Amino acid sequence: MADGVKLERDLRIVGRPVIRHDARDKVAAATAYAGDWAMPGMLHGVVLRAPYPSARIRSIDTTRAAAMPGVATVMTAKDVPHNTLWTDVPGQTTQVGPLRARLHVLAENRIRHQGEPVALVAAETEEQAREAAEAVVVDYEALPGVFDPVAALEPGAPAVHEEGNLLAHWRVARGDVTAGFARADVVVEGEYRTQFVDAAYLEPESGVAWIDSGGVITIRLSTQVIEHFRDVAEVLNVPQNRVRVIGTYLGGGFGGKEDVTVEVYLGLLAWETKRPVKMVWTRQESLLARAKRHPYRLWYRTGALRTGEIVAQQIELLGDSGGYAYLSALVLLYSTVTAAGPYRVPAVSVDARVAYTNNPPTSAMRGFGAMQVVFGYESQMDRVARALGLSPLEIRRVNALRRGDALPCGQVIETHVALPELIDRAWSALGDPTPPQAPHVKVGRGIACNLQPYGRIVWLHDWSSAWVGFEMDGSLVVRSGVPDVGGGQASSLCQIAAEVLGVPLERVSVHIADSALTPLAGTTTASRQLYMSGNAVLKASRELRAQLLDAAARILDVDAAALEMAENAVQTAGGRALTLVDLLRGCARMGVPRSHLGVYHAPAGEPVDLETGSGKVFPDYTFGAHAAEVEVDTQTGAVKVLKFTAAHDVGRAINPQSVEGQIQGGAVQGLGYALLEEIVLEDGINLTTSFASYLIPGATDVPDVEPLVVESGEGLGPFGARGIGEPPIGPPAAAVANAIEDATGARVTQLPITPERIARLLGLL
Amino acid sequence: MRVSLTINGRTRDVEVQPSQTLLDVLRDTLGIFDVKEGCGEGVCGACTVLLDGRPVSSCLVLAPTAARRAITTVRGLERDGELHPLQQAFLRHGAVQCGFCTPGMLLTGLAFLERHPGADREALRHALEGNLCRCTGYAKILDALEAYARESRDG
Repeated sequence: MADGVKLERDLRIVGRPVIRHDARDKVAAATAYAGDWAMPGMLHGVVLRAPYPSARIRSIDTTRAAAMPGVATVMTAKDVPHNTLWTDVPGQTTQVGPLRARLHVLAENRIRHQGEPVALVAAETEEQAREAAEAVVVDYEALPGVFDPVAALEPGAPAVHEEGNLLAHWRVARGDVTAGFARADVVVEGEYRTQFVDAAYLEPESGVAWIDSGGVITIRLSTQVIEHFRDVAEVLNVPQNRVRVIGTYLGGGFGGKEDVTVEVYLGLLAWETKRPVKMVWTRQESLLARAKRHPYRLWYRTGALRTGEIVAQQIELLGDSGGYAYLSALVLLYSTVTAAGPYRVPAVSVDARVAYTNNPPTSAMRGFGAMQVVFGYESQMDRVARALGLSPLEIRRVNALRRGDALPCGQVIETHVALPELIDRAWSALGDPTPPQAPHVKVGRGIACNLQPYGRIVWLHDWSSAWVGFEMDGSLVVRSGVPDVGGGQASSLCQIAAEVLGVPLERVSVHIADSALTPLAGTTTASRQLYMSGNAVLKASRELRAQLLDAAARILDVDAAALEMAENAVQTAGGRALTLVDLLRGCARMGVPRSHLGVYHAPAGEPVDLETGSGKVFPDYTFGAHAAEVEVDTQTGAVKVLKFTAAHDVGRAINPQSVEGQIQGGAVQGLGYALLEEIVLEDGINLTTSFASYLIPGATDVPDVEPLVVESGEGLGPFGARGIGEPPIGPPAAAVANAIEDATGARVTQLPITPERIARLLGLL
Repeated sequence: MRVSLTINGRTRDVEVQPSQTLLDVLRDTLGIFDVKEGCGEGVCGACTVLLDGRPVSSCLVLAPTAARRAITTVRGLERDGELHPLQQAFLRHGAVQCGFCTPGMLLTGLAFLERHPGADREALRHALEGNLCRCTGYAKILDALEAYARESRDG
């Protein structure tokens, strides 16, 4: 930390809104995304998907399809060497026992959701591949399905999986809840519902695979997890060192590219045909078949004293996992840990379940289970405040977590919680109230806070590695396995290395996301990359600096402590002592390495028993407060967000412009969740498989979000940074719902908040 | 059929199917990957190109109808290897995250400002209605467009 403080005083590059190298390429359209790739002799691969949400496959006949023009291969489950795919915690090597989830690469005899992959085709053209896929004859026997998690858990419900429909169940019990409710002056109950939504990145799932020299199956694709090379190896039954994944700069991820997408199919098709194969999913296919965010039912019962102090809370959660487990058990764990919000609650019980249904599978998406519960706990806070005649700001200030307080799972918060400051900043930034434009238009304001973990669960023993080294001309190279989803992940690493090693940012070049050539950095998920890989680069850079300054001290015959690296040179108090190039030549002569591999291990811990509240689950949390001003048309039910402010304590903003971008973009995704987005299903059939029916916010649907960046310096990341990738998506839905109640007196309990739902609440329908 | 396509000032004769979209010909036949495909149905705007200066979704344009018209992609904005001032404004204002919508945003914004140089932020917001962005929340894209408009007006 002392070093951090020293560096902080003279920061030249960290903390500045530098222009990102990837942005320069992107405005020039020079970035080769996964789909912007072609190879000689390349085939085109497509996936045949099941039309039924629940069915048995009686037989599959590929004879006619295989004989069609241009077709190189048609593959079904029997052609897959190892047809079982385990969704372990992606990228981790630590076994997590019951959290392992199984799915088939291609369906064997049972279909559990619409869009489940059944066969693969590779052909000379994409059109030929699609025609051949249509010619595959699959004899299905439609089976009864179950499409609601409540129904799925009733006795006699159709079993989605043989082991039963209850996939995971977490419980937390802290304090005496019964006694807590007994001393409460007010008890408020609420039931809430959230919907299926899609990550809806603009770049669909895509990639190209080929067999490289040495027989290495090489897959270049858009993924948040290059470590899936291990899954490809397992499916093909080849050694892991014979599969290489090259991750491209992504056209968005948001969790939707955390599970496997095209890599396993591409690996199979390239391995089978021995030719390069390209696969790009259509938007319709992406919306149909990709895992969604879990819809939740949430039941909250909250008891508080007259002062606003919450004394007891009882919470039940039920999520819909769809046809397969994917990461559902973990998503539910995040919900369980954060279910009471960023507040002190002395007595709390959480009972959280997630069930299989024949709906589309659900898995990771930005916020990862810590999102749905915000709509529950922040709606409750306003209802309690209303019942007690307190302001929404006051009740949050009264209950805000502080350093040293414990979450319901028993984890003690060890860092500063800036919640009161965030609340004040967000609320005051709304400025003067907007006068209603017509008598039937009501204007109101709402606030919502959240906490979001950054970094992995401590018992997964998370780590990241990075290599930092100088070339002989003094240019600097950073190698890191980090996938860059567009948040500036790679660019931040360059800033950190340049800062520590005293070179201008333009002298740094970064190579990322290659499972064969870059040190593994783990997944770009869980708001963990700046924290984990930022620390790995910081560690590598500091070690490198120390070894170079040691060499410089020998060359100059001075004490290394008197030397500093800056402006492409070694500096003493008297000024420039040795140019960087001369130092590097000296290192070569003396046999001193000019590079260092840094490995950062996150603080680890043992698995906790949540139920008894025995301790630490996540390394740390990022806190936020968002405020909304909305206008409600009481004749039509239309809601318009007039102003929106979003405050987060990011610890330290490595690139303030990127941080603002994360906050603005995350909040707008949250506003889409609040007002527009919903995957609509009818008995497991997806009715929203186009951007014309699945609505994400456009420029005129949302106001400019005002980002408010608070820097406490209290994070566990480099220079005190906290993760900010996921946190901003959490609060908007509750902030908007609270503002609607402020405007109209009507309490929204179901998302998305459509004009029809408001009209019903206002008695117009 | 053979058609003659003029892309960023350079004319090329290309063999196309009458039913092929301009997007498919640009990407799959000609390898012009600065045009992106986001939805294939004219909603997201990622495949925007300028046809005689007007923004169109190239996934909705049949390739033969683009013959003998000026097709502009983002690569056509650079002059002598220098980024266009609007591209520079996108950089300065942090208007780029994943970058997949960026080519369409640049072309739509530029075409609009050429016809409406005095456009204010609200007018620009409406101009972007047909271009979806999932990363930025639009504010920094609007900042960049506004700054560029101001600079252009001030000469």
